[in-house]
Parts: sequence; C-alpha cells; structure tokens
Amino acid sequence: MRGKGLILLAGLAAGALAIWLMVAGNPPNMGLCIACFLRDISGALGLHTAQPVQYLRPEIVGLVLGAFASALATREFRVTGGASALTRFVLGLFVMIGFLAFLGCPLRMTLRLAAGDLNALVGLCGLVAGVGIGIIFINRGFSLGRAVPQARAGGYVFPGLVAFLLVLFLAAPALFAASTQGPGAAHAPVALSLAAGLIIGVLAQRTRLCLVGGFRDLIFFRDYYLITGLIGLFAAALVGNLLVGNFHLGFADQPVAHTDGIWNFLGMTLAGLGSVLLGGCPLRQLVAASEGNTDAAVTVLGFIVGAAVAHNFGLAASPKGVPAAGQLAVVVGLAVVLGLAALVIATRTTGERSVVRGSSG
Amino acid sequence: MEAVVDARGLMCPEPVLLTRRELQRLKKGKVRVIVDAAAARDNVTRLAQHEGWRVSVREEGNTWLLILEKD
Repeated sequence: MRGKGLILLAGLAAGALAIWLMVAGNPPNMGLCIACFLRDISGALGLHTAQPVQYLRPEIVGLVLGAFASALATREFRVTGGASALTRFVLGLFVMIGFLAFLGCPLRMTLRLAAGDLNALVGLCGLVAGVGIGIIFINRGFSLGRAVPQARAGGYVFPGLVAFLLVLFLAAPALFAASTQGPGAAHAPVALSLAAGLIIGVLAQRTRLCLVGGFRDLIFFRDYYLITGLIGLFAAALVGNLLVGNFHLGFADQPVAHTDGIWNFLGMTLAGLGSVLLGGCPLRQLVAASEGNTDAAVTVLGFIVGAAVAHNFGLAASPKGVPAAGQLAVVVGLAVVLGLAALVIATRTTGERSVVRGSSG
Repeated sequence: MEAVVDARGLMCPEPVLLTRRELQRLKKGKVRVIVDAAAARDNVTRLAQHEGWRVSVREEGNTWLLILEKD
C-alpha cells in the first residue's frame, strides 16, 4: 500500500506551516497546538473566562473541514458511534488536564523540542511512559467496545457545527470572546490560519497522522510508519526555527512553558495514557471526528470541557509552574484513568466474538 | 488453517492487535479481516505485509474485506 513518503511529507508540511504561522503571529513555539487551540476555542465560546487564552482558532476549523472534504472525496467517510461515548468524554477531559499541566499536546511538544526547549524532553519521557502503561492495559484486554454504523446525518453534525462557527466568526466576530493580551491575542491572519489548517487536515486524513500512535506502534509492533510523521514534523520545525532564529537550547525562559519537571512528566504521562486508551492524540481525534466517527467527536467535546474545567478551577499551568490544585488534578486524573481502565477490563461484556476460527483450507 | 477477524467498529490499535494474534497463531494459511475504517484497513495491511503475508483488499458496501494469505 502506501509507503512512508506521504506521511513524511505530511509531517514536514505541518512543521513548516507551524513555523510560518508562528512568524505570522501565532504564539512562540505554538504555531500549531491542538490542545492549546481547543482551549482557546473553549475560551472564545465563553466556557472559561481566562482572558489570555480566548480565540476561535481558524486552524482547528480548517483542519476539520479539510479532513471532512478529504474523507468525502476518497469515500472514506463512514458514520459510526456507540462505543463508550461517555467514557471517552471523561478520558478526553482528563487528557486535556494533563496537556494543560505540561502546556501542549504532542504536536506542540515536538515544536517545543525543535526550538530547543528541554522541558519538552521531560514531557516526551512522560508521554512515552503513559503510552507504555496504556499498552499494558490494551494487552490485558482493555477496549472501549465496538462502534456500530449510524445514520449518515450524524456524521455531518460535527463538521457542520464547526462550519457554522466559522460562518459566525467571519460574519460577527464580536460574538466570541477574544484575548487582548497573552497567547490568545497572538495569532496569524485568519486566511493563513484557515488555509494551513485545511492543508494539514487533508494530509492528516490521508496519512492517519497520529503522534501518540507513533510511539504506540513503535513500542507495540516495532512499526515506524506513524513515527515517520513525527520525525518529519520535528525536522522541518528544527530547520525553520534555526532559520528564523528561534532555537534556544535550555530549560529556563522558554516561551509559554515552565520548568517544573515532575509535573511536565506526570502531566504528559496522564495525557499519553489517556490518549492510547482513546486510540489516538487530539489531532487524530479531530480527524476521526471529521471522518464520521461520532465517538471521536464526543472525545473532542471532552477536550473542550476539560480545558474549561482546567481554567475555571485554576488547574492549568502557567509559565510560573503548575498550581497546587493542578498538581492534585493530575494525580486524581491518573487515579481515575487507571481505575477506569482496570474497571473496563474487569467488567467487560463478552459481547460478540471478534475472531472465528476454522480448519478448511 | 483459516480464520476470520471481525474488526468492524474497533479503534486503533485493536484491529491490528487481533489480526496479529491470528497471524502468529496460524503462521500460514488464510485470514480474512473485516474492517470499516480506512485507518484500520491501512494499518492491518501494513502489519500483514510486514509479517510476510500477501494482502488483497476488497470494498464491500461500507466495509473492507482484507484477505491475508501465506503459504
């Protein structure tokens, strides 16, 4: 089937576009960040009132619409759902709390690494630890169950909602909250953000790009396909950062980052574990939701509500570090996700058999 | 030996995991895998080819049937 060329290209394109977006106005080392941008959208919708992080990020809108169009065009749009939607919502919520303790999703983690931010290396170790723990659960039979085909209309709801938000945003931007200072106030021109999102959406849909999946498949199956996308992303962002003078090796004074190693590690452990149980990183969830997977759409809602919870209850990190409440939330999150995963295995309904064995030749 | 893996509705990495178990158990023969997501179709194909199985893919309505064979 397809080789690694296209996914390498997708990674390279995402890395280059992320640097371009940063130069054009997006926050430092945050040309692209699915978790941060969903958090900004949560703020734009008024779900939280953290003034510095409110903006209806057009990159997310473009990504969803690009992936949706690509899935339609290639006849890969399949509407399914019904596999533990509420469990996914809760997992998504805690995954977001983990990301906001670290300050970024695997995409931004890679961009931060490519800018010399060594705190992201600590986050990477935490992410790999979380992925490893998740694999143990999957090997022991963890499953969120089987999704079933649903009416095609259901698959249009998520991309439709996103398109509706875009129309409102273009027609009446004052409807949405928007930061006047802080990361939310830093943004590239709308047309560029939207176009970049569209391109990445199409490429991510075609290649199934998933950054958590990259580590998962590498550890689980010694499969290098998905990690190739992450390598491309890192390489393009590294070259871009060197070209624009944004490479500063070290722990201290990194933009929109903190140096609290324990919580960088544990935040990403929580997020990595939850993401593996959910079947992919936030980028992959957004793309799957755009391809008609309504369970993934519920997961995205969990991310958005998780961001609101993180900011409304003072859990999210800032460059000063992770507040005590945020540290507690990460520990509680790890306990909840581990407990939930164990409970899912213990209480699994046997359901229909997945494998039928015969002896005919 | 022959087996059918029904991976419809399962998210990654479950389709790959179920298929791998069968490929390792059978060692050779024929395994049919039914999937309904393009990501699962591609991932199972990659796994099977990596383990030395021949793969043919057929679209059947809303699902894909993958036939994996090894002599």
